[in-house]
Amino acid sequence: MNTEILGVILMFLVTVGLAIPLGRYIGKVYLGDSTWADGIFNLLDKLFYKVGGVSPAKEMNWKQHLVALLTINLVWFLFSMLVLMTQGSLPLNPDGNPSMSADQAFNTTISFVSNTNLQHYSGESNMSYLGQLVLMLFQFVSAAAGMAVCAAVFLLMRPNFKFQKGTDGLVISGNFYSLFVKSLTRILLPLSIVVAVILLFNGTPMTFKGKDQIISAQGDTISVSRGPAAAMVAIKQLGTNGGGFFGANSAHPLENPNYFTNIVENVSIILIPVAMIFSLGFIIKKKRFGRMVFGIMTLGFLIFLLPTIYLEMHGNPAISKMGITQNLGSMEGKEVRFGSAASAFWAITTTVTSNGSVNAMHDSLTPLSGMFCLLGMMVNAFYGGVGVGFLNFYIFIIIAVFISGLMVGRTPEFLGKKIEAKEMKIAAIIALLHPFLILVGSSISSYLFAHNPTEYAAWLSNPGNHGFSEMLYEFTSSSANNGSGFEGLGYGNGSSVGDNTPFWNISCGIVMLLGRFLPIIGPVAIAGILANKKYVPESAGTLQTDTGTFGIMIFAVIFIIAALSFFPALALGPIAEYFGMKP
Amino acid sequence: MSTKSNKLFEPALVKEALKHSFIKLNPKIMFRNPVMFTVEIGTAVMLGVCIWIVCGDKTQGSLAYNLIVFGVLFLTLLFANFAEAIAEARGKAQADSLRKTREETPAKWIEAGKDVKIVPSSQLKKGDIFLCETGDTIPMDGEIIEGIATIDESAITGESAPVIRESGGDKSSVTGGTKVLSDRIKVKVTTEPGESFLDKMIALVEGASRQKTPNEIALTILLAGFTLVFIIVCVTLKPFADYANTPITIAAFISLFVCLIPTTIGGLLSAIGIAGMDRALRANVITKSGKAVETAGDLDTLLLDKTGTITIGNRKATNFWPASGVDPKAFIDACVLSSLADETPEGKSIIELANLSKDTFNIEGARFIEFTAETRCSGIDLATGLRIRKGASDSIRMIAEKAGNSYPPETNEQVKKISSNGGTPLVVSQNEQILGVIELQDIIKPGIQERFERLRKMGVKTVMVTGDNPLTAKFIAEKAGVDDFIAEAKPEDKMNYIKQEQQGGKLVAMMGDGTNDAPALAQADVGVAMNSGTAAAKEAGNMVDLDNDPTKLIEIVEIGKQLLMTRGTLTTFSIANDVAKYFAIVPALFIASIPSLQSLNVMKLHSPESAILSAVIFNAIIIPALIPLALKGVAYKPIGASALLRRNLLIYGLGGVIVPFIGIKLLDMVVSIWF
Repeated sequence: MNTEILGVILMFLVTVGLAIPLGRYIGKVYLGDSTWADGIFNLLDKLFYKVGGVSPAKEMNWKQHLVALLTINLVWFLFSMLVLMTQGSLPLNPDGNPSMSADQAFNTTISFVSNTNLQHYSGESNMSYLGQLVLMLFQFVSAAAGMAVCAAVFLLMRPNFKFQKGTDGLVISGNFYSLFVKSLTRILLPLSIVVAVILLFNGTPMTFKGKDQIISAQGDTISVSRGPAAAMVAIKQLGTNGGGFFGANSAHPLENPNYFTNIVENVSIILIPVAMIFSLGFIIKKKRFGRMVFGIMTLGFLIFLLPTIYLEMHGNPAISKMGITQNLGSMEGKEVRFGSAASAFWAITTTVTSNGSVNAMHDSLTPLSGMFCLLGMMVNAFYGGVGVGFLNFYIFIIIAVFISGLMVGRTPEFLGKKIEAKEMKIAAIIALLHPFLILVGSSISSYLFAHNPTEYAAWLSNPGNHGFSEMLYEFTSSSANNGSGFEGLGYGNGSSVGDNTPFWNISCGIVMLLGRFLPIIGPVAIAGILANKKYVPESAGTLQTDTGTFGIMIFAVIFIIAALSFFPALALGPIAEYFGMKP
Repeated sequence: MSTKSNKLFEPALVKEALKHSFIKLNPKIMFRNPVMFTVEIGTAVMLGVCIWIVCGDKTQGSLAYNLIVFGVLFLTLLFANFAEAIAEARGKAQADSLRKTREETPAKWIEAGKDVKIVPSSQLKKGDIFLCETGDTIPMDGEIIEGIATIDESAITGESAPVIRESGGDKSSVTGGTKVLSDRIKVKVTTEPGESFLDKMIALVEGASRQKTPNEIALTILLAGFTLVFIIVCVTLKPFADYANTPITIAAFISLFVCLIPTTIGGLLSAIGIAGMDRALRANVITKSGKAVETAGDLDTLLLDKTGTITIGNRKATNFWPASGVDPKAFIDACVLSSLADETPEGKSIIELANLSKDTFNIEGARFIEFTAETRCSGIDLATGLRIRKGASDSIRMIAEKAGNSYPPETNEQVKKISSNGGTPLVVSQNEQILGVIELQDIIKPGIQERFERLRKMGVKTVMVTGDNPLTAKFIAEKAGVDDFIAEAKPEDKMNYIKQEQQGGKLVAMMGDGTNDAPALAQADVGVAMNSGTAAAKEAGNMVDLDNDPTKLIEIVEIGKQLLMTRGTLTTFSIANDVAKYFAIVPALFIASIPSLQSLNVMKLHSPESAILSAVIFNAIIIPALIPLALKGVAYKPIGASALLRRNLLIYGLGGVIVPFIGIKLLDMVVSIWF
């Protein structure tokens, strides 16, 4: 078999092979069981608790979890705005990069706090090392916050668990700060160290020195940007962040030097999202349920992945029409050291997981591959971002439970809890939000461009269907907290500012903000309300939620809500482009 | 009963429903249903567009095309209204036919407790007392306060055999419209005119006081969510089309929107709910709320009385077992003597079994001891001084041992043997000495095992409630196939069992008729009171069974499940239809500016106009096409939840994807003749 394809299969198998034991370990961490890491990290934990002034043993109800989450995010937001807007005059700035404008700092801050890592800047020229380190800190904490809140939902989901009740009568379960710190010290930090060391040995720089000079074969002197990259690359991959140290992200030779580091980095993208699903089965003591969720996510993932690999390996039809053979597949915008299959695999893994790092330029993907990337972000729940991916999936489960419960003649119940009007209301709003943000955002930009094409000419380097895809992609990426981009956006008409304009900075900032926090608040609220309901034991008439049939039902719900509502938009973008290219 | 009709569309009802379809167009009424309300707005906009074209606009296409779109949307609204109206009309007709039986009849009102005065029944008020004699039709629902009578209830139940109703007991209720066949009774009116259960039920069906059930509310929220998504899809399409330099007509926008929102389920939702109550009524069960029917589908546990539900009527004596050293003849004599005054079916069956004439016994001066729940034995004290007692083994044993007599071990053995065979042992003593045991046996209703098996497959646990001892109860429970039993049950045991099950999060149903059942009926999630039961029982329960049939609970569960299933499957069907509609309309919208999108026109529809018209026409006619299903309900098969889901997903999910592709294509072939 083709070695390129073997490489892809290997990456997927390695991921699953690692994710199963990791999932078990994560489950233990969140349940508070003792693990090998306790001896090493307990002291560090205590330091965090002491500095933060929190008592990790005090259990919280679902509202307190949310308050804690939103509070620390607000603190991070203010801190980041401050640093980014003043970095030019702060230390650790050997290249003398300037401070950010307010709108760019707003966009960048939200982008990193929300685990999106949409970058309307290029690290080499817009960021000081201090700024990069602050962003790296956010790559850790935003990932950990997502995981902690997901863990809180897992804990609340435990069926027939004897929950304690707080003074206000609400069920309490887990402490947000404790789950947060544990996500950092027990999961993200150890894994990042491993990945960073591997990258380091393969040539990724880790230094605070400024630009280096090399002399090329032609004898020209070239400045090469460098910096503390290895550490940042590790966490950007593991924490589904995606914000690279260099502008070209993991296509940059220093960020992703060779095929081996590509495997390591790509596995890192989906490792924790997959492991979180296995940890769900472990925590709620329903392994079958965990496996069903994994199965459905994998089904969706493969439906996006397989055609993408096929399309990328078979080259660009527009180039084929010119009579040029493309043995290596469609290589525009791709790195030769990775090849078309591995680039396609990365493109899909990074979009389904809301990671957003790239090792090839998505703008240059063949039209339908671009559509599958878009769909990956539109669904945003096939594995999904660390923690938050499952929260999105949870909404789909609730809707699927409701419809299928009715279909078998029973008031719907999920894991022993009845789904009623209040939960449906929240689920409907959250399911609505994502299409709303994406379609409304894209329609505003379409409107502006269509009614004033000269003023906004700089927006699109490719008007027509592809230009539409670029705008759609930008909002989809923002709403999904993905952060990757069809980078053609903003470079039209010879413009050099790119997408760093107030419109894109502010609109995407708002979309990222809403796209991050509402889909967290909704599922936590549902899980909290359900945990406070009476447990209904299963009977022969109860719909089993860990079966393939129910899985198909969830899949159908995802397809209808996430895919169908985007059908007209996709038809105008990638689908029209695809058919237009067809010979 | 004779007036019961199974025809779905009776001409008279259809006429009535058609009229209401128009009345329901009133936006104030329409607002209750958000999905159809948006369709109404769309229809109004289309009307505006048509007027605009008449006034000379050239951008929106031909007048004929726009008029047809308007017409089809208007029809969609009418169809949805018709579905609700026909369901209401059917339910009302059913209730009316029951109510007709109690129209104006002369009532013998007992004024001030003495004088009998003939008044029309409508003048009777709650608390009034009236008299009924042989041949009278009972004017109002009430409770017998004096007397006993045989009553023909066939007008209500369809059952021709007369029933006995008497004051004091658990069978003291009489229903208006039924007929007294013999004797005379005094009856106290229990309801105000217009407030009987039937009146309440009619009000529920008519919509004025119909409230959405919790499940209906949750579903409406979901449907509103879908509607909102598609509003966003359609509104944002406008700037997208601007970007693509494609003018899209208003008709196309509204058509796309109406096709995408779940109009099928939106239009049928209330009809489904009403039809559920109507089906219950057809099973002769009056429900006091729509919620009760819905809850019935969810039941986890059914409490069933053994007698009448699981076994036929009463136990029969099957054997006499004299103790050792007791003359069998003397023993049988004693048995008969003790049963002479015993009017219970068991007592009668003992005399039947003994096959002795009552007249051979001299019982002059004898004193009969009545059975009470405390002593749990009955008997006779003869003038000769002979004291014969018969009753539960432990109570007779106590009598014997109290008098210093021994309890023969073989009697003990026999008692155990009978019990473990499902029989009931009655121990007989004479002058506090044990004579022997009478064996009574239960006869289990034929076919009841299959019904319990069906319930088990539905996930419903059955619990038998009986006054028998645990051994007997266990035997019958096993034989009949119930999952659990409450033996030696006292009224509070039922209550405790219900509470205990509910604590475990389960939904419990029970059926009862007595006043002492009332608290348990109220506590149960679904309490079905028998129509013959006391007013207190009927007030406490949330359903009333006119047939007094204890197995009715099983039917009620199925009706409830059907109700929920019909909602679920039609929702799935409705949403699944969207796939085909997208493929019909989206290529049609952009065909002019992006010809390459013609490849998406997989159905090869003739033209943009024909594609859009076919889609909206399909969307409209699917509603009346599904009315029969909505009214009859989706068939419930107890094959396990997962298998059921698979089945319904296949039929209504996959079917919902495929059917519109075929339907729209066929319609297009017709429509393309003109467009």
